[in-house]
Amino acid sequence: MITTQNLTKKFDQITAVENLTLEIPEGEVFGFLGPNGAGKTTTVRILTSLITPTAGSATVNGHVIGEEDIDIRRSVGLLTETPGLYDNLSAERNLEIYASLYEVEDIKGQVEKYLRFLGLWERRNDVAATFSKGMKQKLAIARALLHEPRTLFLDEPTAGLDPEASRLVREFILEIKKQGRTIFICTHNLDEADRLCDRIGVFKTRLLVLDSPAKLRRQVFGRKVVFHIQQADQSLVDKLSLHPHVTEASLIDQKIVVTIDDPETHNPELIRILVSEGADIQFVGELRRSLEDVYLQLVKNA
Amino acid sequence: MNKIKTIIRKEWSEVFKNRLVLFTVAFLPLILTAIPLGIIYMTSTSGDFSGSVGDMPGEFNALCSADLSGGDCFQVFIVSQFMIMFMIIPLAIPASISSYSIVGEKVNRSLEPLLATPITTAELLIGKSLAAIIPALAATWIGFSIFILGSWIIISNPEIIANFLDVRWLIAIFVIGPLMALSAVAFSIIISSRVNDPRVAEQVSMIIIIPVLAVFFGQMAGIITLSIVFMLASVIVLGLVDAILVFLSVRLFQRETIITRWK
Repeated sequence: MITTQNLTKKFDQITAVENLTLEIPEGEVFGFLGPNGAGKTTTVRILTSLITPTAGSATVNGHVIGEEDIDIRRSVGLLTETPGLYDNLSAERNLEIYASLYEVEDIKGQVEKYLRFLGLWERRNDVAATFSKGMKQKLAIARALLHEPRTLFLDEPTAGLDPEASRLVREFILEIKKQGRTIFICTHNLDEADRLCDRIGVFKTRLLVLDSPAKLRRQVFGRKVVFHIQQADQSLVDKLSLHPHVTEASLIDQKIVVTIDDPETHNPELIRILVSEGADIQFVGELRRSLEDVYLQLVKNA
Repeated sequence: MNKIKTIIRKEWSEVFKNRLVLFTVAFLPLILTAIPLGIIYMTSTSGDFSGSVGDMPGEFNALCSADLSGGDCFQVFIVSQFMIMFMIIPLAIPASISSYSIVGEKVNRSLEPLLATPITTAELLIGKSLAAIIPALAATWIGFSIFILGSWIIISNPEIIANFLDVRWLIAIFVIGPLMALSAVAFSIIISSRVNDPRVAEQVSMIIIIPVLAVFFGQMAGIITLSIVFMLASVIVLGLVDAILVFLSVRLFQRETIITRWK
């Protein structure tokens, strides 16, 4: 579990993180989105006790930042933005070093477990310099998991990876999620955040919004229903606009787009209105805004 | 202690794959040991010197016991000039290892995941320092042992060997050597925090050898005599220099400083 209360970090005159208050329960996959320079990596560094906050407080897995830093580092795993592997050492040796530093009891066993888990066992004796970007990322993920941390911080886990490698990493994240670990992901990949995260925080020095992807879409754009009508005209739009729960209705390319709260309840009423007006309804569907639209709208307004 | 050992082993397995570092650690001590042995060999096979110690200049007399002939005392004096050469080893090797170790991690961006482990900065700093100091002291002491053994084989007079093993040599090898190694590591950390090329860090760190070379040439010119008083004064001065350098390097080697300012 991660909790923060008015967490603030300033570097000289620059405020990187301002009054961040959030609570991430155990087992949640939390997406932390924001533009470059928003303060996401600074937040991760504070929560992994690499740097100290200027003000505010935070606890990670029940340990207080600034007071129990070593306990925090024992209980979290960190995937940094660049893998930071020892290129001249083999994959196995890289992990053995970290297993020792994380005080893992069965070093050989854990190293083998995670090399196999990530499909790197056959390449265990090869130096990290010979690995592709995707393989280095997987090795870095293995490094973050060796000591079985309760919470995992992943900073841009699929950055620079090809689609196949990205899919593999996403699948690992879902596997890890099934183990009940808390996962905190910093990412620019909105599709990835949409697929993986239970909740998303959009951040630009301060937290702009925090909710599930679906609720964020509703919050920013509302819910829109699209009626495909054989011969749609403005009179049908005007009729629908009179409905008390319709906030907006428009005619776009022979389709009527209606903004309405709770379409599950009110769609049948709208359909009855259209049919009574003689409309031939071909399809009815929900206009799903992408998370990218939501994100861009929020960041633009910030 | 386990974490320190892990860091030391990690450093050695990485740094010794670098040929420049390997050359410094392996060949520099050999060369610096061979020079005084070569001089001993050449002077012991030359029959040019005769006479008693009383015939030698005062600086020579200070170094030799009355049992030595003029030729023997000359050997002792000439070889003593090269005592200072052994002091280059505990400076050059740690400077080389530390530079590649610290700047290499900066360039590789491997310090952040390392600092994210439960290791304390003290353990990390001690591990990296020992990884540089231990090979330097081993090379110095092994080189000195080879020198003593070689001298014993070449020279027939045990009195000369006794002069090579006097208090000044022992202070130089076993007290000043470690102090110099510590200063080289601390200085390298300071330099490495500011540069991003290990070769630049190594070359700048080698500035620390200049005072040793100044003493060497001062000795050759007769300005400085490596007496016991000089050696003891050097220990005090080095101790103070080490305290300052270690203080500065520890201040630079803080988690937040490394993460946010070491770029």
